[in-house]
Amino acid sequence: MDLELMANSFPKLLNAAVITLKLLSASLIIGLFVGLFFAILRLNKNIFLNKFAYGYSYVFRGTPLLVQIFIIYFGLGQIEYLRSTFLWVILKEPYWCAIIAFALNTGAYTSEILRSAFQTIKPGIVEAGKSLGISNKIIFYKIQIPIAIRQSLPAYGNEIILMMKGTSLASTVTIMDLTGVAKYIISTTFKPIEVFIVAGGIYLFMTFIIHNLIKFLEKKYSFN
Amino acid sequence: MELLAFGKTGWGDELFIATLMTIAVSITAMLIGFLFALIFTPLKLSKNKLCNLIGNTYTTVIRGVPELLVIYLLFFGGSGAVMFVASIFGYNEYIEINAFITGSFAIGIISGAYSTEVFRGAIQSIDKGQFEAAKVMGLNKFAQFYKIILPQTLRLAIPNLSNVWQITLKDTSLISVTGLVEIMRQSYIAAGSTRDPLFFYSFAAVLYLMLTFLSMKIINKLEAKYSRGY
Repeated sequence: MDLELMANSFPKLLNAAVITLKLLSASLIIGLFVGLFFAILRLNKNIFLNKFAYGYSYVFRGTPLLVQIFIIYFGLGQIEYLRSTFLWVILKEPYWCAIIAFALNTGAYTSEILRSAFQTIKPGIVEAGKSLGISNKIIFYKIQIPIAIRQSLPAYGNEIILMMKGTSLASTVTIMDLTGVAKYIISTTFKPIEVFIVAGGIYLFMTFIIHNLIKFLEKKYSFN
Repeated sequence: MELLAFGKTGWGDELFIATLMTIAVSITAMLIGFLFALIFTPLKLSKNKLCNLIGNTYTTVIRGVPELLVIYLLFFGGSGAVMFVASIFGYNEYIEINAFITGSFAIGIISGAYSTEVFRGAIQSIDKGQFEAAKVMGLNKFAQFYKIILPQTLRLAIPNLSNVWQITLKDTSLISVTGLVEIMRQSYIAAGSTRDPLFFYSFAAVLYLMLTFLSMKIINKLEAKYSRGY
């Protein structure tokens, strides 16, 4: 055990954890909107829209996140047309490419979580709203969405933790996040166990915080 | 399509072999995961506090730490650990572990943590009466477990194990960082030498989709088989 190395690498890894958290929060926020959009499409009666949303979630859940990042980071740059548009400003940065890939990936999972949450809402609740003369739009925004969010909290909490682990893949496209820095320290010092304990500890701590935050929210928004 | 030709002109045969490699690593990792589950599920279910702690630490740590970090730990630390054990037995030469073994072992440890949780949940959800009935019938402990409990556990566990399989299959893409030539690594090589990353990574995505689709079909058959009578 090299305690000195552990103490020395701790601040470096902690700084890198900030980047991990930034990646995580940006992709979760964008992913939530993507997920909500596709969940609504899934509930649509139009078969074409429905199939499109299903195809989206099937493809993104059926392929590894690493492939998705590589397609966006290495693949899209190959299209000449994209290089001339304003999108290129975003797509040439590995940081934004990683966030786009993460957001699309978590969006696919989120859409499934929200869809099943919408489907478990009892029809009686919607009917009660209708019989009170509330418009469909308000029923959706004020009744269905809040219930769906409460319903999907436990599953979404798991998704946040999975996504936090997913952000480690950003290190494959040259971003120095927690895993990237850990790998750098391991490959320069050849002390994998010490670095693993420190970096893994930071990840576990973040998992612990997220887990308890979700638990708190579940309790706060529980029905009874 | 020329890029996918078999033989020396295209990457078809290389990608085909890489796909077989991905399947081989996934199956090996899944089996190693079952071995881990076989050890850790009883620990998690045991009444002994220490056993419980060991079991819980394993599943919590592995499920809370990124897969890539576990892979780096084994990739950089694996041969060191083996050499340390070998030196106890008096063997001091350098030992290099095959990338296939390191990779399947790393993914196996991860897959094992998920399998452990699945088996724990399945055993816990079996009616207590089944254990008692097995005892009353005068079966020995071995028969109680293998003839009564295990078949029921499998039925309950298969839908969740299919999720574990999907996760394992997708996680194998990560061991490309260790240099093992599976789908992802082969696409990386092909993309590098043809300067056509968009095509090759998209093709890799299609290959993974095919694998997940086919395995779903097979698992559905298995599920039907084990749910006979329900």
